Order: sequence, then C-alpha cells, then structure tokens
Amino acid sequence: MSSQDIPEENLPAEQGHAHGAVDVADERDPFTDPGLPPHEHRIQDIDERAAKRSERVVALLFTISMLATVGFIASYVTIPHDKSIFVFPLGHISALNFALGMTLGTALFCIGAGAVHWARTLMSDVEVADERHAISAEPEVKAKVLADFKQGAKESAIGRRKLIRNTMFGALTLVPLSGVVLLRDLGPLPGTSLRHTAWSKGKLLVNMNTNEPLRPSDVAVGSLTFAKPEGVEEDQEDFQNVMAKAALMIIRLQPDNIKDKRELEWSHEGIVAYSKICTHVGCPISLYEQQTHHVLCPCHQSTFDLSDGARVIFGPAGHALPQLRIGVSEEGYLQALGDFEEPVGPAFWERG
Amino acid sequence: MKKLSARRRHPLAAVVVLLLALVGTGGAYAFLAPAGKAQADETSQSLTIEEGQKLYSVGCASCHGTKGQGSSDGPSLVGVGAAAVDFQVGTGRMPAATSQGPQVVKKKNIYTQAQIDQLAAYIASLGAGPEVPTSEQYGADGADIAKGGELFRTNCAQCHNFVGAGGALTKGKFAPNLEGVAPKHIYEAMQTGPQNMPSFPDTTLTEKNKKDIIAYIDAVNSPNTENPGGLDLGGLGPVSEGLFAWIFGLGALIAVAVWVAARTAKAKKS
Amino acid sequence: MSTSETSESRARGKAPAGERVADWADGRLGIYSLAKSNMRKIFPDHWSFMLGEVCMYSFIIIILTGVYLTLFFHPSMNEVEYHGSYVPLQGQLMSEAFNSTLHISFDVRGGLLIRQIHHWAALIFLAGMFVHMMRVFFTGAFRKPREINWLFGFLLFVLGMFTGFTGYSLPDDLLSGTGVRFTEGAILSMPIVGSYISFFLFGGEFPGHDFVARFYSIHILLLPGIMLGLMVGHLILVFYHKHTQFAGPGKTNNNVVGMPLLPVYMAKAGGFFFLVFGVIAAIAATTQINPIWAMGPYRPDQVSTGAQPDWYMGFAEGLIRYMPGWEINFWGHTLVLGVFIPLVLFGVVLAAIAVYPFIESWVTGDKSEHHILDRPRNAPTRTGFGVAWVTVYMVGLIGGGNDLIATHFHLSINDVTWFVRIFFFAGPVIAFIVTKRICLGLQRRDKEKVLHGRETGIIKRLPHGEFIEVHEPLSQEQLHTLTAHHQYEPAQVGPAVDENGVERKIKGSEKLRAKLSNAYYGEDNQIPKPTVEEYKEITSGHGHH
Repeated sequence: MSSQDIPEENLPAEQGHAHGAVDVADERDPFTDPGLPPHEHRIQDIDERAAKRSERVVALLFTISMLATVGFIASYVTIPHDKSIFVFPLGHISALNFALGMTLGTALFCIGAGAVHWARTLMSDVEVADERHAISAEPEVKAKVLADFKQGAKESAIGRRKLIRNTMFGALTLVPLSGVVLLRDLGPLPGTSLRHTAWSKGKLLVNMNTNEPLRPSDVAVGSLTFAKPEGVEEDQEDFQNVMAKAALMIIRLQPDNIKDKRELEWSHEGIVAYSKICTHVGCPISLYEQQTHHVLCPCHQSTFDLSDGARVIFGPAGHALPQLRIGVSEEGYLQALGDFEEPVGPAFWERG
Repeated sequence: MKKLSARRRHPLAAVVVLLLALVGTGGAYAFLAPAGKAQADETSQSLTIEEGQKLYSVGCASCHGTKGQGSSDGPSLVGVGAAAVDFQVGTGRMPAATSQGPQVVKKKNIYTQAQIDQLAAYIASLGAGPEVPTSEQYGADGADIAKGGELFRTNCAQCHNFVGAGGALTKGKFAPNLEGVAPKHIYEAMQTGPQNMPSFPDTTLTEKNKKDIIAYIDAVNSPNTENPGGLDLGGLGPVSEGLFAWIFGLGALIAVAVWVAARTAKAKKS
Repeated sequence: MSTSETSESRARGKAPAGERVADWADGRLGIYSLAKSNMRKIFPDHWSFMLGEVCMYSFIIIILTGVYLTLFFHPSMNEVEYHGSYVPLQGQLMSEAFNSTLHISFDVRGGLLIRQIHHWAALIFLAGMFVHMMRVFFTGAFRKPREINWLFGFLLFVLGMFTGFTGYSLPDDLLSGTGVRFTEGAILSMPIVGSYISFFLFGGEFPGHDFVARFYSIHILLLPGIMLGLMVGHLILVFYHKHTQFAGPGKTNNNVVGMPLLPVYMAKAGGFFFLVFGVIAAIAATTQINPIWAMGPYRPDQVSTGAQPDWYMGFAEGLIRYMPGWEINFWGHTLVLGVFIPLVLFGVVLAAIAVYPFIESWVTGDKSEHHILDRPRNAPTRTGFGVAWVTVYMVGLIGGGNDLIATHFHLSINDVTWFVRIFFFAGPVIAFIVTKRICLGLQRRDKEKVLHGRETGIIKRLPHGEFIEVHEPLSQEQLHTLTAHHQYEPAQVGPAVDENGVERKIKGSEKLRAKLSNAYYGEDNQIPKPTVEEYKEITSGHGHH
C-alpha cells in the first residue's frame, strides 16, 4: 500500500513558515499563525537588584552543596556503620545510611537547583526559532548514491559470478553455528531427571523442624508439617536441587473426610503426604486452611483440595498435586512406599 | 501439680470438687488448716471452674452449646484446651459477632484476664487439651533468633509474609499481621491452630522451636525493629515499593521537571 | 600560508588556554565544524519533554552505582555460613551472593545507600520510560520521521525489564529466588524445547549452582551494553530529527522554537541530572527497598506470601495469575497452556504498542514528516487505542497484586481474580469507547470556544431583562493554536475500474484500510474543525456576546 491511493488533498498541507512578529491579523483568515509573540522581560532583565538577588540565591545553593559534601565526608568518617537512630516518621533506621543519603542528596540537588535557577532567571530567555530541513535527500543525491552503488556492485561482479555469491552466503550462514554449538555444554540434557525425586521405598519422612523422623502419633488432625527424605541434610552440596523436587507437606484428616479413594489408600490413618511444589510453576505451595482442607499457592493463587486428591479448585495450575504413598516402618516411623508416581512441580512438554 | 491437673480432668472430678466444696464451706476451719495447700487449690480451682461456667453460659453457650458440645453455629469445645480459650477470648475473637464475614477477626477483648482464666478452666474441665503456656515457654530467654527465622520461613511465612505482615487466603480469609500480637497468643495460635490456621503441636514443632519463632517475630516485626534502609513501606515487598517509586519517585521528578521547564515570571507590564 | 601564520602567531601566547586546547582537538577531531551546527541547537521547553531525561539520568545513575556494587558483590552460589553483623541470620547457610549482599548492606559504609539508590533508580527508570513512551504515543510523536526512534525506545523499555529482572535475582534471596523458580516453570511450559532450555539456563536441574553467575554477566554486561548502544542511537536521532513541539504561535512544522543548547539548555539539562540524582539519593536515604535480610536466603522449599516481582514485571505476573489452568495431554506430551498462553500474551501485548506507528501510517497513508505534536483529543481513535492498551496493562498490574488488593480492601482474592479476568476483555473495550467519546466532546468544546469565545463566568443582564454569560473572544494566538491541527479525510476504496475501464480486483487489504480509515476519520469519528466561514458568519452575524 502506498500513498498513491490517497488523493493529494487529503494529506496535510505544508504549513506556513514562521512569520516573525506580525502585528496585523490577517483579515481574510483569522486562524493564521500570528508568529512568535514579542519577548517580554523578566524582573531580572530590567531590575539589577532582582538579578543580584538571583545571583545570591544561585551562589547560596552552590555553597550549600559544598557544605553538604563536607557533611557527607564527615558522616562517613564519624558515624559507626551499625548505629541506629529513631527518625519520625521513618522509624528506627541506620544513622549512617540516613546521614550519607541526605547529605549526598542535598549536595546533588543544590547543584541542580542552582544551575536551573541560574538558567531560568539570569540567562537569556528569548525564544529562538531554528529551521528544520527535510530529512530525505535531494533527488540528485539519491541518484548519485544509487549510481555509486551500482558501480561498486558491478566492479565486484557479485551479480555475475553467482558461484562466489552463493558460496559466500553459505559460509556466512554456517559460521555462526559454531557459536550455537558451543552453548551445548551450558547444561546436561534433561533425560528423565524431571520425573524422579529423592523419595524411594523405605525412606523415612524427616521433620524439617526437628530433623527427626516422624511417627504417626506426632501428626495431629489439623496440623501442618513439612518433611524431607531421610539422609538429606542442609549442608549437602545438592540440598537445594533435592528439595526443589522432594519437599513434602504432611497433614492429617479424619479418614471419613477423605473423598478421593486413591488418596485414602495412599494415606496412613488419615495422614496424607503431598508434594509441596506447586504444579503451576513450582512455588512451595503451603497455605493450608485446616477447616476447608484447601491449600493455596502464595505466588499465583492456585487452590487445591487436599481432601479430594488435591485436585485444582481455583487458579492457573493445570493438574493436581502429586501424592506420596506412605506407610509405617517396623520401628513405627512414617516412611515412603516409593517415589511419586508422576513428575512433581511444573508441567513440561515431555510430561505426558 | 501434675497429678492434680491430671485428676482434674477425670470425669468424676466435678463431683469430687463439688463434694469438697460442700465440705469446705460446711466444715470447720480446723479441718482446713492441716489439709494443706493441695486442698485449698482444689477448692479454689472448683470455684474458678464454677465461675467459668457462669461466664460460659452467658457469653458462649448460645453458639457452642450448654456444655460445650457445639452446635450449628459453633464448634465443640471439648478437648480444645485452655490455650485455645486464652487465645480466642484474649485476642477478642470470641465471643464472635452473630454475623461473621469470611473469618472471625480480632477485636477489643471484653473480659479481664481473671475471667478468661475462669473460662479456660471450665473449658479445660470438659476435656484435656493444650494448657496456657508459661512465660518461660514463650519468653525470649535462650531463644535462637536465626533458627527462629529459618523455622518461620519454613512454617509461617507462606501465609504471614516474611516479616509477619500478613497475607491473603482464599475467599476473603486472610492471615493477620503479627505486629503487636502478644508472644503468649502467638504461642497459643501455633499450638492450637485457631480457625483455618493449621496447628503446630509440640510433637512436630517443639517448645524450643516455638520460642525461637516468637523471638524472631519480635526481632523483625515489632515497633522497635530496625529498618536500616528507612521507611519499611509496610514490609509488603515490591508492590508497595513500586507504588512508592511511581507516586513519590516519579511524581517528585515530574514536579521538578515542571519547575525546570516553566516560564520564569515576567515583569509586570507597565 | 597566511592562515598557518596567524594560527602560529596566536599559539605563541596570545590565545587563551581553552582556545588552544580546542584548536588542538579541532586539528584531530574537527570539533569546530561539529559545534557549528550544534552549540546553539534549539530545544523546546515543556515539562513532558524532560521525561526522557529522567530515564537517561536514572540509567546513568544505575550504571554508576552498579559499578560500585560490583566491587563488593560475589556472583557465586557456593554455600557459606553467615557471620556478619545482622543478628537474625547468624549461622545460617546461604549462597555467597546472598552473603556478599548482606555484607554490602551492613558492613560496607554507604553500601546500603548505593544499593538502595541503584534499586530505586531502576524502578524510576522503568516508570520514567513507561510515561515517556505514553507521552510520545498520545502526542503522536512517533510519526514519520521518528518511527525507528520509537522502536529504539520500545526496545530500551523491554530490555530494561529484563535487566531489572536479572538484577534483582542476583542476591539469591527468598523473594527473588521464587521469581527465578517461576522463570523455570515458564520456560518448562514452552512446547518441545522447554525442558532443554531450562537445563541449559540453569546448568541442569533448578536451581543448580550456575544461574547467579550467568544472570550476573547478562545483567552487568550483555543487556546494559546493548541498552547503552540503543540509548546513544536514540539520542543521536533526537538530535538529528530535532525535537517536536506543540502547536502555537510562531511554531510550524518547519521550525523548532525554544532555547539554545548553550547556555540555557545545557544548564537546565545538566542541572536536571543533579536534581534527579539528588531526589533519588534522598529517597534512598529515607525509604527502604528490597530488604533481603528480612526475606532470608533462597531455599526452594520455602516461600513468603506477597511474592511479587518488581513493578515492571507486574503486568506479566498478572497475566500468569488470572489465566485459567488449561493443560492438554496428548500422545505422551503436555501442552501447558495455563503458563504458555500468558507467556505469548506478554509478547503480544507489548508488540501491539510497538507496531502501532506502522499501522497508523498505513491507515492514513500519510508519508509526510510530522514535527508538530497532536493534542490527544485531536486523534480520538489513537488516543482510545492508547488508553485501551494502558487499561490492559493496568489490569495486569492489578492482577499481579491481587492478594494485596484483597487484604487491603477486605475483598476475596477469588473475586479480585474474577474481576480481573473479566476486565482483561471488557476493560479495553470500555476504555476505548469512553476515551473516544471524551475526545470528541473536547473537540466540540474547542470548536465552541473558537466560534463563541471563552466563557468568562460573568453574567450580564441586558436592558430588556435577558441574562447572558459574557463570552470573551479568543486572541489570534489562541485561535491559531486551536485550529492548527490537520484533519484527514477517510481513505476510500479506489474506483472499481482502472483507467482503461477494465474492472479491477479490489484487494481485501484495500477494503480493510478503507474501513479502518473511516473508523479513524469518518463521520462521527472526528469533529470537523471550525472553518473561517463559520467563524466569520458568527462573529459578524450577531454582536457576539
């Protein structure tokens, strides 16, 4: 589409040039541009005392700035970095941060205020008009450039020697591939690692708070407990990666409150263990409401019903939280009866 | 004392207490003198329960039933323990108004601590439950603030926000701000799980753990908390920071820009 | 020969030192020719023209403070035990990144101030860019010849968002870590390549030990480098095109009216840098931002409610929050629409505003240069579109803060989410219609003002008892200003037969354009501005009160 389809008169007409100061209004067109209004003097332009006042204000501002910088250095040297002061209405704050920030702010602001006040009151405020020039080149210039280009292209014979042209494009296309290939070692391939967690048959459920394995009697109805697999410690190298998938949330329901058959089967005396990692984008979901048995994600508000197989009842999550099948070990501790049967956390293409 | 408190929850305890009370009032002072402290306690305890029952029938029975058995308007209180009563009544949540929103919120407490103790004693007599914690349990002595912080982030921050400023739950419910909440009430809330808050019993969150958490809350969300950087904007994170940057940051800069670009006042035309 | 003689005789000691230095530089750089056209270059004065300066200055402040922060920050995820001066974290395990950020905040004198200046300036930088972009949009400053500069600015805004995101993720605190976890989930949702990209980004499974170091080089080198280049290009183009101006007496499409660069503009613009820096320093002195010590170190099994990104990502956060949880499973694969659609929408919404200038120029078919700004009311359809776009953006921001809105206004978070879901669709439509009506109303009022003068509020009683309000006629300056804008005619579909009388095929795009053009400039879509004839008739007709 080009402008050719549009009649010339629809396009904006070239607007008139500035007139300079035209005092007599055009009788024929009351809307014509009267031109720049005549310059009016400021007080400082005609009254030397006012100008002097401005000068003093500017100098004062610059002086305050200097003093503030001295204050900055003095604060840096004298105020201990851990000193706390009470400043209304800010509260108990760091004395050093406040002193440094305020002196620095004052020093900078006063330089700016001085410069602007100087410009506004003492420098000329006569408005000047500058002509604009069309950005597009004149036709002769354009013709010259095109001719030069053709000349160059002809001399290189790029149009004629197709073999050179094609192989050159080929080479230029391929060479960035080296860079792409080099990115391969940014990380390992996913493989099946997103499908497994640190849980396996017989691993005890260890209380995050006490670092002790949990017994069924520890978990009261209406309580909320978080657990990790036995053998996982905070100071281990891979602790973060393990917990990003294995974090577990344990609650206890009255068995007859459990609506989902599989949930009941996988529970132990009403104790159910669900993945703490939201199936939406992986936040540690754990806003458990013990009366409604709903659990809410603080990041994007996906809501799951823990009494009904943790199905999604609100929000952007696409599927239920995975449940961990649990039982009791010979010593009477809660233990996992296997890994999660489905991948935990956010869904991905290969999840299926 | 342990024995006594265990006996006090026996089903026949009330009868025994009543009998003792009759004996106590009808009997000679001589009988009382050698009987020792235990009996005096028993007597005053029974009186406390009696007083509690009176308060209960006035303030609570209409919803929770005449004997705390619960009704369609309020849950059973058998076995909730003294700690739950102390929390609910002490923070003014109970007695609740007749028409409630999504959740019962805290309001001005209308009972004296003595009355709350009487109510608690009565409810405790209905069935065993968590007791009101002592100041040794929730006091700051010997608490590990850093450990408390870790526990707080694991167990509490998801609902109450990282400094306990509170947050939203489903359908209009919310986790309240923890600033200014008495340590005792925080302890009781963890122990009993009021309303939709899950409980964190001693079996999964030990007494020491609770003490640590309370010390941490006091360190990060009390009127004396230091916010080294200045105004804490409610401790709500990037939303309040963003609003501040727009309104006061950009707002101030635009005000400055208006001054910079504005025409200087002209001399009066003469 | 003679020229070299004079310059030599001057160099012997007559010319002032400054001039000699300038001569030296001119001999190597040709600065005199450069300064000839630029030293007294004219810049128009208007506060809204300084919004871009707010952005440029905050960007410079960010670079200055950022360099300082790199002197102390350790971009490493190795676990260390904390033993600094902040008591509530004593002995906690954390990454070196978090540890060094605590060190900057508590143990480096002035470190906290610089951190806070850096972060506040970043929020203001993005807010400034947003407002600057809206100023350019609503005044039509993006029209030819400035479309490329519009795109430069747009890219700066988008890159600024990602620079900010990679920056606030560096301390590896619980809040930003949650944001990084979200990033992992968002990447995983991409069909086919998702899990691969995620593993390449994090060096394996989330969180791994690499992302802080990788984000660091992106944050301090890659993105700011590109941004610096774009910003220089942006400025060169502003210089080259010369600034736009509002219509007014003496201001035409062929001139620019204002103050010269030297001295007024230099003092004002230079001074404004210090003013911006001063204001941000004062904010950093008094208002805390991103207190990572209160959030604690990142652990993937911990979270805090109120988990939001910085404001400029809030719109994306909103899209994610109010999207329903759609997920399709087929042939052993999962299409995570609940996450992927918001991801796509994020790009689409941003692209919509980026390509608008090209759409408008296609609809108008206008190929001429525009240096006089439109008043928003005089381009009702554009203004309506702009407000609709801002509405979508704002609905996203509201959605991103739905939990805080719920708690602070005692609403249900579910209701807020539903409101936002509905308003994502209804909001822009309502905003468009309402804005357009308001613009047309304002156009009518302008016309009224031109034809009948300004309402003075003075009530006069005529001899025969009638009350009238005195209308004061406008000056010629005002008349010109109110009628200076150009009004287009709607484009028509060309004749159905070509010049040879042969029936030609009318392309669909041509019909679409005619339709759009009518929506822009057709009857009822703009108020014809008063003509000289109308004006003369009224002013001469009755003694005009």
